[in-house]
Amino acid sequence: MTASVTTAGNEPEAAAPDGPAKKIEGRSLGQIAWTRFKRDKAAVAGGVVVILLILLAVLAKPIESLFGLDPDALHQDLLDANLGGLPLGDWGGMSLDHPLGVDPLQGRDLLTRVIEGSWVSLLVAFGATLLSNTIGTVLGIMAGYYGGWVDTLISRVMDVFLAFPLLLFAIAISTSLQGGAFGLHGLPLHMMVLIFVIGFFNWPYMGRIVRGQTLSLREREFVHAARSLGARGPFILFKELLPNLVGPILVYSTLLIPTNILFEAGLSFLGVGIQPPQASWGGMLQDAIRYYQVDPQYMVVPGLAIFITVLAFNLLGDGLRDALDPKSN
Amino acid sequence: MFAYIIRRIFAAVILLLVVSAVTFAIFFLLPRFAGETADQLAAQYIGKNPSPEAIAAVKQNLGLDQPLYAQYWNFLKGLVSGAEYKFGPEPATCHVPCFGYSFKNHLEVWPELSKRIPITVSLAAGAAVLWLVSGVATGVVSALKPRSIFDRISMGVALAGVSLPVFFTGALLLTLFSYEWPILDNLQYVDFTDNPLMWARNLILPWISLAFLYSALYARLTRAGMLETMSEDYIRTARAKGLVERKVVTRHGLRAALTPIVTIFGMDLGLLLGGALITEQVFSLQGVGQFAVQAISDNDLPKILGVTLLAAFFIVACNLVVDLLYALVDPRVRLS
Repeated sequence: MTASVTTAGNEPEAAAPDGPAKKIEGRSLGQIAWTRFKRDKAAVAGGVVVILLILLAVLAKPIESLFGLDPDALHQDLLDANLGGLPLGDWGGMSLDHPLGVDPLQGRDLLTRVIEGSWVSLLVAFGATLLSNTIGTVLGIMAGYYGGWVDTLISRVMDVFLAFPLLLFAIAISTSLQGGAFGLHGLPLHMMVLIFVIGFFNWPYMGRIVRGQTLSLREREFVHAARSLGARGPFILFKELLPNLVGPILVYSTLLIPTNILFEAGLSFLGVGIQPPQASWGGMLQDAIRYYQVDPQYMVVPGLAIFITVLAFNLLGDGLRDALDPKSN
Repeated sequence: MFAYIIRRIFAAVILLLVVSAVTFAIFFLLPRFAGETADQLAAQYIGKNPSPEAIAAVKQNLGLDQPLYAQYWNFLKGLVSGAEYKFGPEPATCHVPCFGYSFKNHLEVWPELSKRIPITVSLAAGAAVLWLVSGVATGVVSALKPRSIFDRISMGVALAGVSLPVFFTGALLLTLFSYEWPILDNLQYVDFTDNPLMWARNLILPWISLAFLYSALYARLTRAGMLETMSEDYIRTARAKGLVERKVVTRHGLRAALTPIVTIFGMDLGLLLGGALITEQVFSLQGVGQFAVQAISDNDLPKILGVTLLAAFFIVACNLVVDLLYALVDPRVRLS
């Protein structure tokens, strides 16, 4: 696990005899991974898109107020009353003012709604990933390290969770809490419920991964050394084992986020996630499917937004995995 | 071997009991989180302006005033011996297996629910065959020639496949093949026993949209697994002793690489059999998933409970079958 064997692949093997001698330096695992990651063009592209998307989501509200955009503004003048409220013009009413067109019946600007939907989708996906990975990591590391009855108990609980029909539960829970619960109403409530439902039922996947990794880590010399120096459970768990688990946790978080984005979109598509008129990608698709025969362009806009986002996260996650886990390549 | 089978079946039954108890508890507690009392729950079965006496009667007849464990016990009893509800002028009988009785439309849950099972099974099984064949084959060919043109293109398509929401691909397929070029228009479920050809014709689009997602996933998994096993020492040994390459790949490589795939396949198929909610919604297939969505939007608790339990049963059963298959092919499993 020392860095001595690595030379970056693209560099010449040895410096020319009369050139300046190449300095030999040690590199940390992180530096090696970074060099490897930089060489993977698809992953870098995914990473750039992810950063842009996060910026878009964070700045969605300021952008809207800066340009005076309102995701819920109606533009009846852009609709054709004779055709039952379909957008005027080709391609779903695309124009300079409305580059992605407007939606049928209400004439709301689709670009603004996609921007508005970005922060909802990403916040729910990040929140749910954080929740499930926190539970999964803590329980997984405990099951792996302590073994015995702790392991048996946690593993059985994971089995029970995996036997639940997740989507069904998610729908049932979000429906019954729709009216208001825990003193929350409207959008904050819907987002909290989504984060909870998606995050709380997804943790066993992370738990299994962390448990497996911990099982092999706990027999390593540095853990024995820490234990013989008198370190106790919590110290070993969080100061010795956890730092070595950062790689897999990071990779699977990056790969869980797109799954959660799809999940949130699916729930909103079924009408139990984010409720209209609040713009969300899944909600827009649910609306668009009704017009698939007469205004198919509408469906493509939120569909592409979801596709690009999920693809970017998947590319980044794949790249991170290849960079952090030399065995995978 | 026999002891192993008994042990696994026993564990699966325990798991189902736990899942059903937790499901029961969640649906028992949820309305209370949302601030509904037993009185309000009972009132929804009566109609407008219910009198307190009527509410009390319904509460008692349906057992809504009993504690959680008693209600759960009655439910379990109903599953094996049926139940009778004193409701309205005529007592309602709920035959074995009593998955509950919907008081909203005065129907037993199980006959209604079981009618939907063939539709969902048709959908899931057809898609599963498609995605297993195409996914595993693509993964193997990609892994045998990594970085070849085929590998790059198919992995690119696979990456796109796992990044597309199934309701988007489904709707796109509908737009293209059922509206723009009406090759497959007028889709509605036809029972296999009535007309196998129409059955397949009308299910091909849902199959493809589901299989596209899953075969992308399986192609990626198979490729990764194959790449790993093909670099193992025993593969080199097999080649060194002069085994034909085809046998090295199928007997030694694929067999080991398929193990995790089979596990995941059991989980995925189990989940789908409990209702492919989104696909059924897109293609208006009246399967188990649509039953669930309908029950949930009607807030019909006995139905929701019944369909959740059925879904959990499919998941547990599929995992059990996979476990038993393992024990059959891999002696290490049943010995551990």
